[in-house]
Amino acid sequence: MADNVFIAFQTSDESRAIVEAILADNPGTTVDEQPAMVRVIRPGSLTIRRETVEEHMGRDFDLQELQLYLITLTGNIDETDDAFTLAWHN
Amino acid sequence: MPVKAIKDYPLRVADSVDKFHGNIMLFVGWDQHLMFCAPFAWALPPAMRFGDLIEGIFPASFGAHPDFALIDWSKVEWLKSGKPWAPDVNKSLAENGLGHKDCLRFRTPGLCGIKGSGS
Amino acid sequence: MDMPTTTKKKLGIKEKYALMTRGLDWETTYQPMDKVFPYAKFEGIKIHDWDKWEDPFRLTMDAYWKYQAEKERKLYAILDAFNQNNGHLGITDARYVNTLKLFLNGISPLEYMAHRGFAHVGRQFPGVGPRVACQMQSLDEMRHAQTQIHSMSNYNRYYNGFHSFPEMLQKVWYMSVPRSFFDDAYTSGPFEFMVAIGFSFEYVLTNLLFVPFVSGAAYNGDMGAMTFGFSAQSDEARHMTLGLECIRFMLEQDPDNIPIVQKWIDKWTWRGIRVLTLVAMMMDYMLPKKVMSWKEAWEIYFEENATALFNDLARYGIKMPDCAKQALIDKEHISHQAWATFYQYSAVSNFHGWLPSSEEMDWLSAKYPDTFDQYYRPRFEHWAKEAAEGRRFYNTTLPQLCQVCQIPMIFTEPTDPTQICYRESEFEGDKYHFCSDHCKHIFDDEPEKYVQAWLPVQQIYQGNCFMPDADPTKPDFNPIEEVLRYYNLQNGRDNMDYVGSEDEANFRAWRQTSTQN
Repeated sequence: MADNVFIAFQTSDESRAIVEAILADNPGTTVDEQPAMVRVIRPGSLTIRRETVEEHMGRDFDLQELQLYLITLTGNIDETDDAFTLAWHN
Repeated sequence: MPVKAIKDYPLRVADSVDKFHGNIMLFVGWDQHLMFCAPFAWALPPAMRFGDLIEGIFPASFGAHPDFALIDWSKVEWLKSGKPWAPDVNKSLAENGLGHKDCLRFRTPGLCGIKGSGS
Repeated sequence: MDMPTTTKKKLGIKEKYALMTRGLDWETTYQPMDKVFPYAKFEGIKIHDWDKWEDPFRLTMDAYWKYQAEKERKLYAILDAFNQNNGHLGITDARYVNTLKLFLNGISPLEYMAHRGFAHVGRQFPGVGPRVACQMQSLDEMRHAQTQIHSMSNYNRYYNGFHSFPEMLQKVWYMSVPRSFFDDAYTSGPFEFMVAIGFSFEYVLTNLLFVPFVSGAAYNGDMGAMTFGFSAQSDEARHMTLGLECIRFMLEQDPDNIPIVQKWIDKWTWRGIRVLTLVAMMMDYMLPKKVMSWKEAWEIYFEENATALFNDLARYGIKMPDCAKQALIDKEHISHQAWATFYQYSAVSNFHGWLPSSEEMDWLSAKYPDTFDQYYRPRFEHWAKEAAEGRRFYNTTLPQLCQVCQIPMIFTEPTDPTQICYRESEFEGDKYHFCSDHCKHIFDDEPEKYVQAWLPVQQIYQGNCFMPDADPTKPDFNPIEEVLRYYNLQNGRDNMDYVGSEDEANFRAWRQTSTQN
């Protein structure tokens, strides 16, 4: 069983759309809601796709905008224009 | 192992005995009485009689504990740096072989803190 | 006729970043590179190719300013609203404010030191990738220091203990714990600094500092602290990945780096764990509305998270630090041991102490079924009885401190929670004392560094913690009062028990005024 990666956001309208996009693209994701914060957890890896976020948010989205809502994360990052991925490499 | 540095690393001892105005630091802890969160620290004259530490200073520091009044000092076991040790209460700290930053522990068998919890 | 159109191919984020940040410098000729970068080699870390550095977040300066400015605008809008609305009256209880006293006096100045530390290493690394990332982090940390000071300045208007945080950090006894942690890191070389702060603190342990404080703020109605917490944390993702990238880079550059990096990871994980004792006590004892227990936070954010991380790093030959085994045992004990310490030393602290209520003790029993009732409830109940009879326990004798972590020697043997853990070393004819095998090991590895430690208890006994006009020969000389005067701690207002304090009385009066005519 792979180790979990996770990413946590401040609770907001934007992060709700991001979480919905993550759930749509990453089967096996768990959502842990805490006061003012939402943590999204998945074994092995997790990918945030720009196009899916845009579909859920209803506007253009630059993945670098994640910086505004991010609280914390775990896993190795890979960042391109279209996808932001967290993964363990073991 | 010496500290890695880009030039010579000086030896600067912040707590050398010469900085204590003729006193030495002494640490004493009462085993199984963790109501006092840590061993105590004092700066004391080396010529001080060891018994004066027990009779003059300990009551103010340890006296708040209900076990303190019950201590039979003739049965107390002492440790110095973790090894069994026996003080001569009528000799000075120095004559008892106590030096700067020595650490003593005393144990009071049968007295095990608040409700025997070690507190 | 159709005009031929050419669609310009847009540069991807990786290519754009490489063009904007690489190949712009050169090897110096007027002075050798070793003189331009004098700290790059002395630690023994071998770097063969700085171009192999991979930037985890590819922020160009325009993107950096854009996003950081947006965060600042949001933060100050929330702070203004919070202040305008007397938001502080929305907290659960003014006991909570003492967590902010701990934070502003003990943690916020560390943000400022982090700013200086990253500015230093941001100049000293020969590689452009880490230089840029460190310089951005240096700006982030300055922003954190400023936003925290701003957020908490509102509380200074209404509550005691906030009036002079730089002074408190320099002087007050327990402040030497976080201060010496950063001094140790800041006076190490650039690679060790990155492992200490960038990796061990900002990756392995950061969640155990920020999530408790920020969630604590959220649970206790403190929008001001929650805001700065989230704002700072949004920078943390970049900091964490910088730390991890630095580790990965060193380990891939030369196998000789592996034992050095492992040693630093072991040392700094332990030093960080010891500093987090303050957070453990905050979570379990200082929040009127509790988020979770320290033990639970440790299990999620260290045991689960760090295990995954070290499984990932195993491919480089790095292993989980040995001290993790002791932390597993200690998680059941340290919060209780630490709060008992601050309770009894309330007279000399710049925040209040108080006893847990019987409901709170029941919560602690439930969260710590193997330890609380057996080892810690008895002393709290005894103190409650004493306080009720007018003999509130104040310990007035100074404690022995650990030479390395500088915490009073309150920690117990891993195999026996009723026995203080005593460890000792001798160096150049002097004895030194430690709370644990791990602190002793850190000392034994670099004794010349730690014999310099400014230990508050030793300094008081040397006579260095009095105002210049203090006169020990006067008959009414009271050393404790004089030390408090030196601390600039207002005796009777900043210190002592929460019950009967000005904070308690004021909060009650103001809340009443805000809900009645």
